[in-house]
Amino acid sequence: MHTHKVIELMTEMNLTIGSKVSIQKSELNHLITLLRDFGYETIGPKIHNQAISYAVVEQLEDLPQGYSSEQERGYYRLHKGNHNRYFGAAPGSDSWKKFLFPPRSTLFSAERENGGWNETINREENKKFAFMGVRPCDLSAINIQDRVFIREDYVDPIYSTRRAKALIIVVNCLHPSSTCFCTSMGSGPQATSGFDLSLTELEDVFLVEIGSDAGIALVQQIEWAPASANYLQIASKKMEKSMQAVTRKIDDPQSVPEMLLANLDHPHWDEVGSRCLSCTNCTLACPTCFCWEVEDSTNLAGNRTQRTRAWDSCFNLSYAAQAGGNIRPTTRSRYRQWLTHKMGTWVEQFGESGCVGCGRCIVWCPAKIDITEEVNSLREVTA
Amino acid sequence: MNSMLTEPTAAVKIDSLLAPYWAEIVEIVPEAEGIVTIWLRFLDQTLQERYSFAAGQFNMLYLPGYGEAAISISSDPQRPELIGHTIRFVGNVTRAVSRLQIGDTIGVRGPFGTAWPLETYQGRDIVIAAGGIGLASLRPVIYQILNQRDLYGRVVLLYGARTPSDLLYSTEFSTWEDNQVEVLTTVDRADESWLGQVGVVPMLFYRLRLDTDSTVVFSCGPEIMMRFVVFEGLARRIPHHRIYLSLERNMKCGQGFCGHCQYGPFFICKDGPVYSFDQLEPFFNLEDF
Repeated sequence: MHTHKVIELMTEMNLTIGSKVSIQKSELNHLITLLRDFGYETIGPKIHNQAISYAVVEQLEDLPQGYSSEQERGYYRLHKGNHNRYFGAAPGSDSWKKFLFPPRSTLFSAERENGGWNETINREENKKFAFMGVRPCDLSAINIQDRVFIREDYVDPIYSTRRAKALIIVVNCLHPSSTCFCTSMGSGPQATSGFDLSLTELEDVFLVEIGSDAGIALVQQIEWAPASANYLQIASKKMEKSMQAVTRKIDDPQSVPEMLLANLDHPHWDEVGSRCLSCTNCTLACPTCFCWEVEDSTNLAGNRTQRTRAWDSCFNLSYAAQAGGNIRPTTRSRYRQWLTHKMGTWVEQFGESGCVGCGRCIVWCPAKIDITEEVNSLREVTA
Repeated sequence: MNSMLTEPTAAVKIDSLLAPYWAEIVEIVPEAEGIVTIWLRFLDQTLQERYSFAAGQFNMLYLPGYGEAAISISSDPQRPELIGHTIRFVGNVTRAVSRLQIGDTIGVRGPFGTAWPLETYQGRDIVIAAGGIGLASLRPVIYQILNQRDLYGRVVLLYGARTPSDLLYSTEFSTWEDNQVEVLTTVDRADESWLGQVGVVPMLFYRLRLDTDSTVVFSCGPEIMMRFVVFEGLARRIPHHRIYLSLERNMKCGQGFCGHCQYGPFFICKDGPVYSFDQLEPFFNLEDF
């Protein structure tokens, strides 16, 4: 029935950027196959170690259909929900960052030759990713890292090469979890631009919004129907409900950068510093944290070495250590650095906040530290 | 014509992260106990001709197997074909540098960072306040002034080190003085040969009578020293924006990517290392910042 209608309607409606169509859920499998034919490595949500992580998806069945997630401070659980949605579970500690800014990258190797050194540069491999199921907050996070790694003065060759080829399929959030605060950071629960396709998962269909020429090319090759007024209305109602379901808030988010910089000596830094374990979980789970270190590994003869970049964290003791001493020897100073950078000085550096309100740092903190509470506490006037 | 466009003007490879250009050590000059100046020449002929830097900038020096260290360029910006780096053997990389010999090769990326604003202050009096190896970043300033001495007013170097033998570049002091650079030195601990001042660098301000409407201060050294240089400068009504400091932080990339050198909103590797004090003031007295 649906298929028949499509054939009739396809001749009437021209797909353009901004077009909204509906597809049967099974058509997503077709889309995955198409992406493979186009040469993409499709990455999507999968269950790994009892959490959602992002990995290669080869067919529709790879997706965690019917699962929901429950998130609290220091708490994440997956369970079977009473639904059949493919994108019902919120992300775990993983984010798309690990594909665009890999946790470890070999930069070059150098070999001793005739008293000098000869280097072989490890050129970025031809990775072409299709990210399927990017949450609106995580799309904002990618846009934030774009500003960090692709700048006018310098460009990160690894990030920029991968980013230029990446295809993004967003899934709008209809069921935010209790740790989400995207509405405070203006990053969700709905994506309005910056994607190739965006999906809204209804009970029996996906509503698809086309965001790019690549998106048009993809939809042209699957079975679709114009989005009916009924579907659009259901989606819009659900989105409104979702917006209201985001209850975690940061007070007056616009004023946070200035407030933080005015409170660098606030006693609350001592208090939160006494709870923080400096474990680095928040920075690793954060989809925007970008710090890295670089290390050499040498063979025993000392005539061959490999230079590797790896994720670092401002919570590591070595992060600000230098010959003259350690700039931030206390957890208090390192937590202050992280928070004032993430929600404060980031704005001056890159023109927007470094926080998207995804809540990962809250969920994956073993000490149950909640960034929204800390920011609100720092606002309290001290005696 | 096309090949002209791809010729390097700086030793930074844009398509490969952190990969260095190689340079040969052509001279090693002992400066003090545990401090040498190594003189480098790029192996790449084009780079030898095209590389340029400004006073105050630094290079990332790379020793395969050890890593990189950010080192100020301590030589004359008008003679960029030979690049001097004055290095104290304190860290993992710099201690490995101490074992290098003439003819060895070393990786170089740079130059990075901001320069001392010499052009801005032509016609002005310049006070250079340096402590220990901090003079390395300021020696190019002195060379640049000597290259165009009549463009500047009074020039004073206030310089201190722990002991008389720790004073860097002391054989050059007389040449500088011959070119109307006043050189005032001090040491923390004297020996029997020392007839000069004993005490910290900021105290040398008390031996000057400055035209503070005209004076600019450039300072590089331990942060505690610079703190008091700022204090003495402000006490003499030199405005915040005419006191310049060069800061030091752990750095990995030099390009504002790795995050390590952050100081409030600044990436010291690209927004610094040279700052006017009004930029730094909001953070300058914070502990562990």
